[in-house]
Amino acid sequence: MLKRLFPHPVLSVLLVIVWLMLVNGFKIGSLVMALILAIVIPILTAPYWPNRPPLRQIPAFTRYLLLVMWDILVANIQVAKIILFMPADRIQSAWIPVPIDLKSPEAITLLAGTITMTPGTLTADMSACGTVLLIHSLHAPDPDAIRDDIKARYETRLKRIFE
Amino acid sequence: MDLAIEAILSALLVIGGIFAVIGSYGLLKLRQTMQRLHAPTKASTIGVGTTLIVSMIYFPVFEGQFSWQELLITLFLFLTAPITANFIAKAQMHSRMTRDDLPPTGLGNDWATFDEDENAPPTRR
Repeated sequence: MLKRLFPHPVLSVLLVIVWLMLVNGFKIGSLVMALILAIVIPILTAPYWPNRPPLRQIPAFTRYLLLVMWDILVANIQVAKIILFMPADRIQSAWIPVPIDLKSPEAITLLAGTITMTPGTLTADMSACGTVLLIHSLHAPDPDAIRDDIKARYETRLKRIFE
Repeated sequence: MDLAIEAILSALLVIGGIFAVIGSYGLLKLRQTMQRLHAPTKASTIGVGTTLIVSMIYFPVFEGQFSWQELLITLFLFLTAPITANFIAKAQMHSRMTRDDLPPTGLGNDWATFDEDENAPPTRR
């Protein structure tokens, strides 16, 4: 019964929390509304999650989020420096194909999002079979180093979390 | 004490503002569309971020009410920013670029934007 009502417990809990934050305060009425959403939305969106990965590694995932937030901070400063101090014709932009070993679509989405938010890189496309990401780098004197850095810094961590 | 907090918060606001201006300046300075995409997705994250942090500290300290909505804005921003950037990049690839502008995938099939092989195995996305 409980399992039929909440097929995706993590999503349901997240929806309740987000709704209560949106209302910005705790009232019984908003809790009821949150519960309705927590039941209806997972059922409506179930077709889009054919085989959702279980999120077991919550500490590892939290560490990953903190790492990414720190990298975003560094990325902001780096990109600001490039914009302010580097002459436009000396910026060497490059397209970098990054082969990935991740299998689950959720992990790949997270990796692509991370790449977009962090140091001077942007996910633009992926190969039709889903095994190579196309990345655009703002300033890449050494494209291979950037590729290896992405694989070592983010992909191995995501692999441990999701697979 | 209040003065110290106010000073710190003001400093954060100014820093955030500077980063937001740098992001917009990047739009003007950089020359290719793909390069311009980097400026607003990154240099302005810190602009929005510091503003939200200041708001999250200011209201509990000076008005006595805590607000959760700043955290939500951060969450939604982090969810939508990569997707927006990806869509703009894809639109750019469709309308202004040809296949030859991109490096090879090193595989049997091409980048998803340019892949037109109808006999290809079902895509996994």
